[in-house]
Amino acid sequence: MAVKALKTAEFDGAIQGSHVAVVDFWADWCGPCKMVSPVIDGLEKAYGDRVLVAKVNVDDEHELAARFGVSSIPTVIFFRDGAEVERKIGVQTAGVYQAILEANL
Amino acid sequence: MSYDVLVIGGGPAGLSAAINVRARNKQVLVVSNPMEESPLWKAEQIDNYLGLPGVTGPEMLRVMHRHAQAAGVEFREGKVLNTMHMENAWYVSIGSDMESAAAIVLAGGVSRGKKFPGEEELLGKGVSYCATCDGMLYRGRPVAVVGYGDSARKEASFLEGIGCKVTYFHRPGSCSIQGSGKVESITCDGKTAAVDCVFLLRPTMAPTELFPGLAVEGGYVKVDRRMATNLPGVFAAGDCTGLPLQVAKAVGEGLVAGQSAAAYAVQNGQGR
Ligand SMILES: Cc1cc2nc3c(=O)[nH]c(=O)nc-3n(C[C@H](O)[C@H](O)[C@H](O)COP(=O)(O)OP(=O)(O)OC[C@H]3O[C@@H](n4cnc5c(N)ncnc54)[C@H](O)[C@@H]3O)c2cc1C
Repeated sequence: MAVKALKTAEFDGAIQGSHVAVVDFWADWCGPCKMVSPVIDGLEKAYGDRVLVAKVNVDDEHELAARFGVSSIPTVIFFRDGAEVERKIGVQTAGVYQAILEANL
Repeated sequence: MSYDVLVIGGGPAGLSAAINVRARNKQVLVVSNPMEESPLWKAEQIDNYLGLPGVTGPEMLRVMHRHAQAAGVEFREGKVLNTMHMENAWYVSIGSDMESAAAIVLAGGVSRGKKFPGEEELLGKGVSYCATCDGMLYRGRPVAVVGYGDSARKEASFLEGIGCKVTYFHRPGSCSIQGSGKVESITCDGKTAAVDCVFLLRPTMAPTELFPGLAVEGGYVKVDRRMATNLPGVFAAGDCTGLPLQVAKAVGEGLVAGQSAAAYAVQNGQGR
């Protein structure tokens, strides 16, 4: 499965429908986002069967970016049972994201 | 495209590293701020570089640049903001672009300027180092740009172009950033502006910020005789590795770092 690109309308349903979710807020014009993107793909490969791995394009989905107060990208937000549990702003290594997922599974 | 070696910094150390990578017939990209913003540009006269007595800083930089260009070195103007190591390659972000290479030579010179009060706490909460990355999130809102040269002015006009209301601070002596949980205002040299975001566009980044986990000693990057740092495939040269802060030392170290990086790329590259 590929990383799911979430739109505003489907966001809440998707997040609430999965025990643990990780969402990468990104945009085309952002070099650091391009570095994080393959790391997120890797999370999908390793955890995709247990975790919703998704991304939100902040250029297309202003509302979501504003609602979550995304003030710098990339921002990766972790949800558990529909509620935000942690967020990481800026480029991080795979290990950082994995540790958060492991702690919330 | 992927390079054998990517050099961060186009001063004497970086250019020397680059021509020595080319001497091994490997592909090399130099990413750097514009030449006119190099510290050496300000040197009126250099008398201790062998063979070129009485040369000015701009003359020396131009001559070195021409040499590198003739040797087939590729150039990209811009500032490196982040790096990441993944599966035997280094990924480097430059504004809205990304490049990759098997090995890196860090030759960014000395990074002057301490962090401002509030900067660390509010990083990612309104404090940003990248106008192209985060500008769009502040369309129609008041932002501050703290700039040190022409490239920062260009980024400020980019922000104005996309609809940000920009207050520009040119080379301030001191600033502090205020806000609880997110940026609310910035004060530079006694002048305060209420803003939602502060873009800090310093010409350089501290080496440890570019490379998390990089070992430093006394404020300088720690290297061995091969100019290798503690990180795999990352070599360093020039002012960033320590005293004396001089051109001849930067050029010599650049040669070693360039050769080491080329050799590393041969051993660890993706078989190009
Ligand atoms: C006024 C003055 C006079 C001097 N006179 C002499 C002299 O007479 N003799 C002598 O030997 N030395 C002299 N020096 C010192 C000399 O300039 C330095 O030792 C030399 O330039 C160091 O070379 P470098 O390549 O290590 O770093 P630099 O020349 O500092 O080059 C580094 C380059 O990398 C860029 N850079 C840094 N970070 C990034 C990033 N993240 N992304 C992109 N680009 C980046 C910088 O903007 C810069 O252009 C003088 C310096 C000054 C300021």
